[in-house]
Amino acid sequence: MSGYLGDVAALARTSLLLELRSRDTVPAMVLFVVSALVVFRFSLPADASDLAALGLLWIAIVFTAILALTRAFVAEREGRVLDGLVLATADRSAIWLGKVVGVLAFLVLAELVALPAFALFFTPLGWETVAAVALANVGIAAVGTLLAAMAAASRARELLLPLLFLPLVIPIVVGGVGASVEPDPSRYLAFLGLYDLIFAILAWASFDYVVAE
Amino acid sequence: MRNSAGPAAALGALVVLGVGLGLALFWAPEDADQGFSQKIFYVHVPIALTAYACFGWGAWKALRLLWTRDGRYDLESYTAVHMGTIFGVLTLVTGSLWAKVSWGIWWSWSERQLVLFLVLFLFYSAYFMLRYSTDPGPRRANMSAVYALFGVVLIPVSFLAIRLAENFIHPVVFTRDGPQMAGSMFFVFCVCLAGMLLLAVALYQAELTGKRLDERLRELREALA
Amino acid sequence: MTAIRARALERRFGEKRVLAGLDLDVPAGGFVAVTGPNGSGKSTLLALLAGLLTPTGGELEIAVERAEVGYLAHEPLVYRELSALENLELYGRLYRVPERRERIGMLLERYGLWEARHERVSAYSRGMAQRLALCRTLLHDPRLVLLDEPYSALDADGARLLDAELAALAGERTLVVSTHDPERVRPLATEELTLG
Repeated sequence: MSGYLGDVAALARTSLLLELRSRDTVPAMVLFVVSALVVFRFSLPADASDLAALGLLWIAIVFTAILALTRAFVAEREGRVLDGLVLATADRSAIWLGKVVGVLAFLVLAELVALPAFALFFTPLGWETVAAVALANVGIAAVGTLLAAMAAASRARELLLPLLFLPLVIPIVVGGVGASVEPDPSRYLAFLGLYDLIFAILAWASFDYVVAE
Repeated sequence: MRNSAGPAAALGALVVLGVGLGLALFWAPEDADQGFSQKIFYVHVPIALTAYACFGWGAWKALRLLWTRDGRYDLESYTAVHMGTIFGVLTLVTGSLWAKVSWGIWWSWSERQLVLFLVLFLFYSAYFMLRYSTDPGPRRANMSAVYALFGVVLIPVSFLAIRLAENFIHPVVFTRDGPQMAGSMFFVFCVCLAGMLLLAVALYQAELTGKRLDERLRELREALA
Repeated sequence: MTAIRARALERRFGEKRVLAGLDLDVPAGGFVAVTGPNGSGKSTLLALLAGLLTPTGGELEIAVERAEVGYLAHEPLVYRELSALENLELYGRLYRVPERRERIGMLLERYGLWEARHERVSAYSRGMAQRLALCRTLLHDPRLVLLDEPYSALDADGARLLDAELAALAGERTLVVSTHDPERVRPLATEELTLG
């Protein structure tokens, strides 16, 4: 694979390789999401509806994602590797895309545990929820990775990421909960797809500006 | 420095807004259903529209910054976003007042405009956090510009989301007839809108001039040092 | 042919002006030794030349494409949890280095890192990490080589290797080297620039 996609693949492979070596992000995400679900179980009154529980699933996913995103550029910040990558890549958006692939992989791995756990603790999940989660992952990874790069450049770092991220994630939560809860999920899934398209393109085009000094 | 725009806008704002508010209070017909309280509409909606205009202007300047890589646009974009946020807060306040006066509650999730402004308020507050926690320079200017663009894209997307969310949030819906605007009401509305926009322009120019003056002072101080 | 041209180059960070009113003309094949006390802006100048920073004032023209610039910073710019080989593989891929494997092998060997090529960088000494950084800098055979205090952290052997490298590059490539020890590079330098 040559050119741009080859760069993306090489960078994505690097992210995954780093995680494989250090094994810190994904286990933390898994533990976090399961703990969160247990806490939610205790915070819901006994007669709470399935719908309320599904809402909480989405909260769990968003905050687990924030965990992953907070760590997204940590390896690059040590030793200022990001500067090296910025100099080396022909198109800097490849850095973003490679990172997005990595974040997506981490999200999927965490959700492979989270979704069955949810089904076990609360209520079984339908295909719509899984589809919504898959679509939401893309939006979360695309926007979150860009914002993570911005937060990494600031003094506030980890503190800043959730603040930047949460307002932008509201439409995703609406789409996700709607798809999980409403009798006709197609509108919400379509909305998630629209969000993904718009914001992924925007993030892809903007990354170059965010890493320039 | 061409400075005539500011004072002219300020004067214009004073006059037009004064006239508009006067008309709203004394001349415009009272709404059949809501009575006098409906008049807050003449303040609330122009403020909301002005906020949108400010955010749009900020996004336009942000685009110019990214396109031309000219740092001058950073201050203009920031000031516009700042104005937008101020008007946004005013939208929330006037909207809340209107809800209280109309229905006796301070907040309603069925008010799409209000919910949208809440989301935008959170978003643009994060904009300021981003700026304050980053050292000044090309990097901060670029990131602010990108974020401002995201904001303006978020406006329609959020609005759509809020509409979709109504199905399952099941808010208690209070109906308020969108003003079946008699011609006279529309006229007063337009005057108030023009006044608010002029006010925004005046404030924008004032803040921008002040900040540019600061910059100039700093440059002079350094040159002398 | 001019490789670098700067007029009234300025870079400020917030309130502080680190570089101001700098003029520079470097012909292709030139060797500029940059000296000056700490905080005089040597690193900032090199970062500007590398394209990592944009000037806040003045003009800067670099006749060399970004892909042909090699930059050695204070930090090694390599992933600490990957091995030397993995790091160079990645950079080699990104820089589209032809015959990547051979070139990497050759550089690692030249700088005495071949034996340690599979070890993580976090296990390297400061000297070894600096040598790896040099390999990274020269991997794609850049036409413009920017070195920010390359001799720091190198032991005597490493320094000798660098001397040889610089001697080989001088005249063939354009070099800008900042150093606290101008004596070392004076024989090769075509120009000395003192900041601060």
